[in-house]
Amino acid sequence: MFWDESIESLERTELEQLQLHCLQETTRRVAARVPFYRDKFAELGIAPGSIRSLADVRRLPFTTTADLRATYPAGMLAVPMDEALRLHTSSGTTGKPKAIFFSREDVNNAAELCARSFVMTGVTKKDVFQNMMTYGLFTGALVTHYGAEKVGCLVIPAGSGNSERQLMLMQDFRTTFVHLTPSYALYLADFLEKRGVQPRRHLALRKAFVGAEPYTEETRVKIEEGLGVDVYNSYGLSEMNGPGVAFECERKNGMHLWEDHFLLEIINPQTGEPVPDGESGELVLTTLCREAMPLLRYRTRDITSVIPEPCECGRTHRRLNRITGRSDDMLIVRGVNIYPQQIERVLMGARGIGRNYQIRLEGLDEMTVSVELAEAGFDGQVEHLVTLQGQIAEKLRAEILVKPRVELVPPATLPVNEGKARRVIDNRKL
Amino acid sequence: MNTVKLVAVFAENKPGQTARITKILSAAQINIRCITVASSGAYGVMKLLVNNPEQASLALKHEGFAATLMDVVAVEMPDKPGALYAVADCLAQHGVNVENTSGFVANNRAILVIEAHDVAKACQVLEAEKMHVLSQAETLAI
Repeated sequence: MFWDESIESLERTELEQLQLHCLQETTRRVAARVPFYRDKFAELGIAPGSIRSLADVRRLPFTTTADLRATYPAGMLAVPMDEALRLHTSSGTTGKPKAIFFSREDVNNAAELCARSFVMTGVTKKDVFQNMMTYGLFTGALVTHYGAEKVGCLVIPAGSGNSERQLMLMQDFRTTFVHLTPSYALYLADFLEKRGVQPRRHLALRKAFVGAEPYTEETRVKIEEGLGVDVYNSYGLSEMNGPGVAFECERKNGMHLWEDHFLLEIINPQTGEPVPDGESGELVLTTLCREAMPLLRYRTRDITSVIPEPCECGRTHRRLNRITGRSDDMLIVRGVNIYPQQIERVLMGARGIGRNYQIRLEGLDEMTVSVELAEAGFDGQVEHLVTLQGQIAEKLRAEILVKPRVELVPPATLPVNEGKARRVIDNRKL
Repeated sequence: MNTVKLVAVFAENKPGQTARITKILSAAQINIRCITVASSGAYGVMKLLVNNPEQASLALKHEGFAATLMDVVAVEMPDKPGALYAVADCLAQHGVNVENTSGFVANNRAILVIEAHDVAKACQVLEAEKMHVLSQAETLAI
């Protein structure tokens, strides 16, 4: 199903023409209105009118997280402040957040992209959408909220957490789809199991849009089983409107990036040079339609690759593979580069343990992975627990080349953050 | 077949865990007849012989503990030298491997609680030797 078939399956040549036109417009606009870019262009000797092909994007400067912080609060604004309609911020772990402004048109466009993203999985106005993302400064909830309203769904702005109430709402209003983080999805699945709720029998739930944190294919399977749904991988970031940047269609095989709104590049994060199609690298995005706060070549720090082949669904917008990590999530332990997602993949495939986990780094590169014992896997024998620990440690060693200490803890004792989970605690004194 | 149910509960090896578990059992009006703890580093397994194992297990699970019920053999022995040997010899003769074992003496009666891989066989060979294998009710009535 299509929300806007003419644009979603626009011929590549036409799509690229459209992209070039928008890129030229955006470049001209930021040069005229955003001092940050005007200065960068002057420094690099770029004439705003000199962008003649999409490949010319490589001549433009990158924009980084640090740039957004340095221009906080309103240094990146390309419209007068009274044209700005909404402010979101992107979670800053330290110091000031990143401020993201939306104009009326930007709010509408963000909702439009979410509407496309929902409809391409089969969502219709008959659906009931329970939004379990955090409402507030975070883009996750409001942007999809507007998108689902655009489709005409009944929208329940439940917000995150309070599983008791989530269950009540799902039962009473026959919720058919949800939007939530993978860590909360796993938590909710556990909660339903404890309550004896069999989602396929007792709930009307059919789909879950899962995003805001990277997760693995193994986690997708666990969530699908635990919530009795199809899970659609969903990618977005506040700097690019939030959700709706790249979502999966019903084929569940890569996320269509809406290329009429974002120009995509995959680069080698060290050199800044493009990598060949299909190879893994850092995703870099340029906004093509944004009014209030256009960004050129924004370094997302998310590691992914492009699927160049066309999708069977008929959409011409290229797909991204699942995000395998954030370049700034990468841990270096005993000289080995490790992404938390590698650890997650092993844990989600292991029997006898639950879905929550935590990675702790202490002292001089000592790594401890805490996992929760699954109630179903416990037979009362200490020996079996010791064996289980050893097996998990060995599987982890095979994947990450470092043998961590594996710690078994009772079910539901690891902290669950109902927004974004904090999986890695680094207390190393290096 | 006379077997007895033990409640096994997984707990972290840190102060206050036994107190937490026994508080839950106390609130559920569970009487504990015998307790053993096997610990391995950061965690351990506590095994309890109680008057109502099903209810004890449910109460613990309700409070978020991983708990399970295990079938074990409780055999009564004379409280005198050589009694334990007789039991062990009988099991050895029939190739029954004993996993974890504990014993207690109450009201002048000595009870050995045996965990075996093959509980049914342990039970059967002991009974064949005319040893007194106790039922759940008998064990609790001591």
